[in-house]
Amino acid sequence: MTDFPRIDAVLARHDRNGTRLVQILREVQEQLGWLSPATLSHIAAGIGWPRAMVSGTASFYSFFHTRPRGTYCVLWSDNITDRMLGNTDLMDAMCKKLWLEPGRVSEDGLVSVNTTSCTGMCDQGPALLVNYRAITRMTQARLGEMVGLIRNQTPVAEWPAEWFSVEDNIRRKDILLGHELMPGQALKAALERGPQAMLDEIKAGKLRGRGGAGFGTGLKWEACRNAVGTGDNPAHYVVCNADEGEPGTFKDRVLLNSYADLVFEGMSIAGYVVGAKKGLIYLRGEYRYLLEPLESALAARRASGLLGADILGKGFDFDIEIHLGAGAYVCGEESALIESLEGKPGRPRIRPPFPVTRGYLDQPTTVNNVETLAASCLIAAHGGAWYAGHGTEKSAGTKIFSVSGDCERPGIYEYPYGVTVRQVLDDCGATDSQAVQISGPSGICVSTEEFGRRIAFEDLPTAGAFMVFDDTRDMFEVARNFAHFFAHESCGFCTPCRVGTTLVRNMMDKISLGHGSPYDINELFKLHRVMQGASHCGLGNSACNPVFDTLNKFRPAYERRLKSLDYEPAFDLDAALSQARQMTGRDDAAAHLTNEAEA
Amino acid sequence: MSNELTFQLDGEDISFTPGQTIMQAAKAAGVYIPHLCWHPDFPAHGSCKLCTVKVNGRFGSSCTMEAQAGMSVENRTAELDDKRRTLLQMFFVEGNHFCPSCEKSGNCTLQATAYELKMMSPHFDMFYPDRPVDASHPDILLDFNRCIMCSLCVTASREVDGKNVFAMGGRGILGRRIHINSESGKLADTDFAVTDRAASICPVGVILVKRKGFAVPIGERQYDKTPINEQVKEPTA
Repeated sequence: MTDFPRIDAVLARHDRNGTRLVQILREVQEQLGWLSPATLSHIAAGIGWPRAMVSGTASFYSFFHTRPRGTYCVLWSDNITDRMLGNTDLMDAMCKKLWLEPGRVSEDGLVSVNTTSCTGMCDQGPALLVNYRAITRMTQARLGEMVGLIRNQTPVAEWPAEWFSVEDNIRRKDILLGHELMPGQALKAALERGPQAMLDEIKAGKLRGRGGAGFGTGLKWEACRNAVGTGDNPAHYVVCNADEGEPGTFKDRVLLNSYADLVFEGMSIAGYVVGAKKGLIYLRGEYRYLLEPLESALAARRASGLLGADILGKGFDFDIEIHLGAGAYVCGEESALIESLEGKPGRPRIRPPFPVTRGYLDQPTTVNNVETLAASCLIAAHGGAWYAGHGTEKSAGTKIFSVSGDCERPGIYEYPYGVTVRQVLDDCGATDSQAVQISGPSGICVSTEEFGRRIAFEDLPTAGAFMVFDDTRDMFEVARNFAHFFAHESCGFCTPCRVGTTLVRNMMDKISLGHGSPYDINELFKLHRVMQGASHCGLGNSACNPVFDTLNKFRPAYERRLKSLDYEPAFDLDAALSQARQMTGRDDAAAHLTNEAEA
Repeated sequence: MSNELTFQLDGEDISFTPGQTIMQAAKAAGVYIPHLCWHPDFPAHGSCKLCTVKVNGRFGSSCTMEAQAGMSVENRTAELDDKRRTLLQMFFVEGNHFCPSCEKSGNCTLQATAYELKMMSPHFDMFYPDRPVDASHPDILLDFNRCIMCSLCVTASREVDGKNVFAMGGRGILGRRIHINSESGKLADTDFAVTDRAASICPVGVILVKRKGFAVPIGERQYDKTPINEQVKEPTA
């Protein structure tokens, strides 16, 4: 086939190495538009993998297309914050203008329009991806223009540049965002200390993981450092988790956009401590537009001797490579991320063994959040004692919040740990707030009476999301949006999460349509208990959190939807006839069953 | 033996050897822990979650957790069997399971486990997924309507048959399914053979041998006479 030379070029660039399959698939798709059966067979033969494994990986990721996807693939970010900014109306209008049904490719193969999970632009939505390029601040006016460009088949590269501009919106800086380190300064300090002393400083600085779980970074690095590599190619690895998929979180995007050197430097310090020569950044597919700038930043560091062989003349060899994800929230879980780095579906592994002993390519691997790695530079430069002097007893340092939703100044806010929810609300200009979703759907929903609580591992731990809802918002709809998110993102490996997230979503839809009863509310509690105890990873364990929190704190939002407080049949007789009506082309009164209430 | 390693399973002492999982030790002792995706001949998959137990008060999968001396494990408690019943109901509503017309009835682990746990109804609304069957192979029929995603066929084909006929792919409730190792996606276009270990590993009625239907009448099948919890130990010759 004519496409094969182009596929072969991609395969050659990746040494026909199957563990690089996700990168191979992405690059091939960027050239060919989609991954046809023949393409997958050719790739499988090229890397020497069973074809079923290649199609198994390709079909796992939302951004890979194993069916033709249309010349223009439009995906609307569907986080609750995008909804609050009116994305539903905009998407409906777009579909109408293009004569399209969501999710279907137009008859002429020109365009498809659908939703996607949060693209990390919550402070500048409604956001979308067109052919996987991020677009922010969508308006009705832009919509008309965009539809015109699609109809005229103007290449996305020629669309107005301002549509693609992504703002940092940094509103409050503290020690990290306000750092005054020169590139190489922190790394030099680390190399002068030596790996063990550097590790001791990280421990003295009480640095904890910024991805939400708060595991001690020093302990993680120490376990990785002490673990022994195995097999023919023993090695240690550093992985930077930039798969920022938790809806409402976008601080890593800003760190990688404007503080990339600090992140790379943190990875290098981690590499020096654990004894790694290679670091990998797993960048979420939604941030594809950051790939080229990050590659340039890496090249600049290599040119100035901060990456590569014998860094700063201290005999330390280290380099960094960027891998892109392809639309799978679960890959934010560290062992799923490693599976993805190895070219497989992002399915969380059975643990133990943990990645620190058997991670990437079965070698000792430390997986750290972008912000954690950046913060490690401050400790290298200023010492652990200085760092531990910020924040609280158990939460040293600062935390970056991604503030979005109902407030005047959404964006990036850095605070010392221990700040109250109320303080952040005041600073971002939020009024009449009824709730804040801390740390995204898998986090905690706090209500007005809890605004005095502090954000720190001692009280409210967070990965960074801070979504504000004022008193005009319907907290049931917030929880329903999150239920849809989890059902879409469940990897499907374990039963409680695969089926449970869909059952929860269906029940929330049922309540939303006015067919719910108190029985369904009890069912939601029951599913929460089953999923929390039995799920394979954090996704399933926390998937019911938003439902559980809003049920406990905003019960009236549910109850006012219940038609009766005792019994309501789930089955809608009239809706059941819709297929028959469609087949017979009828929609007259006699083709409908009358609702008792209306009769 | 005084230095024998033991843990408590529902109050009963179970001895184990270092490295054994709770499931392996229980099986060796003849104690039944409900499970679907686990098979003694293969590494644990850990997906069905039916073997979830409570170890020192915390939930865990007994097929993946190593036994430790002195640990206290709850297995057949009302709380855990309740959860297991819900998990079984999840299996029944996510697929299309019609036991009365299924060739596997009486030999099916899912059915036998549902009887064991006294599952009386599917409880939730059925999903009625659209899962095409594959009858392309001359000797084997694949009916994915009954698939429980245990991956045993994937593992058996890879590790015993050395063929990789199957792989688990896709994501979530709609996407996750068995992928067949051919461009057409048809079993006939693979090197699968009826003599493969993978052809006889399926715990439910997905992989069926053609022209062998109902060779043993219903009523005389594996789980018809003896419940699954009494068939823990391999029959000794």
